[in-house]
Amino acid sequence: MTAPLDAPESAQQADPEAIARGARNVASRSLTQIAWQRLRRDKIAMIAGLIVLLLILAAVFAPLLVKWFGYPPTEFNQAPIDPATGGVYKDPDNPFAGIDKTGGISWDHLLGLEPKTGRDLFSRILYGAQISLLVAFLSTILCVFIGTVLGIIAGYVGGWVDTVISRAMDIFLAFPLLLFAIALVGVIPDSAFGLTGNGLRVGLIVFIIGFFNWPYVGRIVRGQTLTLKEREFVEAARSLGASNRHILFRELLPNLLTPILVYATLLIPTNILFEAALSFLGVGISPPTPTWGRMLSEALPYYTTSPHFVIIPGVAIFITVLAFNLFGDGLRDAFDPRSSD
Amino acid sequence: MLTYILRRLGAGALLLGIVTMVTFVIFYGVPRMAGQTVEQLAAMYVGRAPTPAAIEATIERLNLDQPIAVQFWEFLKGIFIGADYQYGRDIVHCSAPCFGYSFQNNTEVFGEIVKRLPVTFSLAIGAGVLWLIGGVAVGVVSAIKKGSIFDRVAMGVALAGVSMPIFFTGLLALAFLVHSWKILPNASYTPFTENPVAWASGLFLPWVVLAFLHAAQYARQTRAGMLETMGEDYIRTARAKGLKERTVVLKHGLRPTLTPILTIFGLDIGLVLGGAVLTEQVFSLNGIGRYAVNAIAYKDLPVVLGVTLFGAIFIVVCNLLVDLLYPLVDPRVRAAH
Repeated sequence: MTAPLDAPESAQQADPEAIARGARNVASRSLTQIAWQRLRRDKIAMIAGLIVLLLILAAVFAPLLVKWFGYPPTEFNQAPIDPATGGVYKDPDNPFAGIDKTGGISWDHLLGLEPKTGRDLFSRILYGAQISLLVAFLSTILCVFIGTVLGIIAGYVGGWVDTVISRAMDIFLAFPLLLFAIALVGVIPDSAFGLTGNGLRVGLIVFIIGFFNWPYVGRIVRGQTLTLKEREFVEAARSLGASNRHILFRELLPNLLTPILVYATLLIPTNILFEAALSFLGVGISPPTPTWGRMLSEALPYYTTSPHFVIIPGVAIFITVLAFNLFGDGLRDAFDPRSSD
Repeated sequence: MLTYILRRLGAGALLLGIVTMVTFVIFYGVPRMAGQTVEQLAAMYVGRAPTPAAIEATIERLNLDQPIAVQFWEFLKGIFIGADYQYGRDIVHCSAPCFGYSFQNNTEVFGEIVKRLPVTFSLAIGAGVLWLIGGVAVGVVSAIKKGSIFDRVAMGVALAGVSMPIFFTGLLALAFLVHSWKILPNASYTPFTENPVAWASGLFLPWVVLAFLHAAQYARQTRAGMLETMGEDYIRTARAKGLKERTVVLKHGLRPTLTPILTIFGLDIGLVLGGAVLTEQVFSLNGIGRYAVNAIAYKDLPVVLGVTLFGAIFIVVCNLLVDLLYPLVDPRVRAAH
């Protein structure tokens, strides 16, 4: 997805003569610095990264933004709503002017109104972003944590420990995750594990995603650990008498951070889609807290009269997921050691 | 070779056993761990308005007051030899592959699943063929013409494809293709044996929508794999000995790329067979995925447990098939055994 990168600067760096000449402009750069330079030249990834940043800010400052530009997300507004179809009137004072196909988008309501309830879509989208990103980030952290710990142990210790963990990964991948999630959210009572309401729901969804998706991270970390532990620097550390703990945390883990970071960035959009799917099926965060997935399922009966209600939350999911995907792709290309410059 | 097949079969059977156990524990054990009493758990298996007598009967019937190992044993016995449940004064019999009994509708879950299976099956097979062929073809062309306009557009569309939830693309397709522009008929299911044309035209829309989502991933994967293999030395050798470019690409380049694709395909088909939950929900197709979602709404847990287990079995079986097909596709696996 990345534009071809030109100007191979690091070719000079690898040139021993240039180094011997002691040219001032040939400073050695760390992998991270090289990656950062590549990333900065990758316009698509930078724009995607900017969008990701804006989305995070919008979610964090949702209450403020709504206070300035919108209406409370759960405030009903029946005045401009056509009682028969649930659509939004073009002109609230004159019902005979007909239904507005754009759902009443105006300076007052930046993204229009929800059909039937007349709630402000702009503020619902913003608050939906909060839930989406919160669940996605937390579940990604959990996936990465479990996957890294077990992957490193499997790769480093090897033997029967490796066999057990690898088989466990196969087992976890064999579960129909979505069905499972629906079922689990269904069987858990409304208050459990010291949590209630949406706190419990968020915790449960995070737990389900983290618990069943860690093998994807685990496999990558295990594979990387297997190759890394044969490398000279690990041997050197061991011959110097380093403890297992030192080798694991000081020698292996820093080298694993890059693939983990890249994979985590690409895992976030998957988890956003998963949370949206659960909400769409009505087993996610409970109403009236707005979520993008639930908005789409609520849009199902109105797709003929109010297509904006389908498009707005859908596009919100699309942009968010696409931005994370593009940024993750860019990050992967930038850190790829096989990349030519 | 025989040992390879037997080993795979054994591993598959073991995996099935473990998956069944974990599913069971999640349904019967986790709610208890979450602090539910036996009565509360039983109430969820009775139906909407549980009476104390019904709850008592359910506890007895499902052995909920017994240790979980005993419950699991009884459940396994149900799958292999069938089970009898006390139902009021009568005894209902749930015959051999007993995946549970829905006391709300007085139906055997397995029978209901089998009834809905043709819908899910048709959906999965049609979409699977579309996305495999489409995705791989686009991936190959993209890899050969790397950097061309086709490549850029195709990869852009592919990225958009993986970034859109199916319930969004599905709704868009319904709103525009079906409702506004009237290009395609709405989704519906007609049995293939009744009218093959109606079967295909009714499922065309869900096929395309489901295939679009998956094809994207296959196109990206094929392209990446092809780019890697096309740089190998043996490709240069193949070209050097004067093979036609077509042969080089399809026989030498594509073949090794297909092996990982086959693995993902097995997993994906298994998942879709286990209930294309979202697709069925969007297009109101009465497959097994929708069966489970509706059951959740009515808290009909035996149904959800049955379908989940069934879905897991599909995934395991599809993975097993892929493992067994591997030696046919990849000579290296054949040589190793």
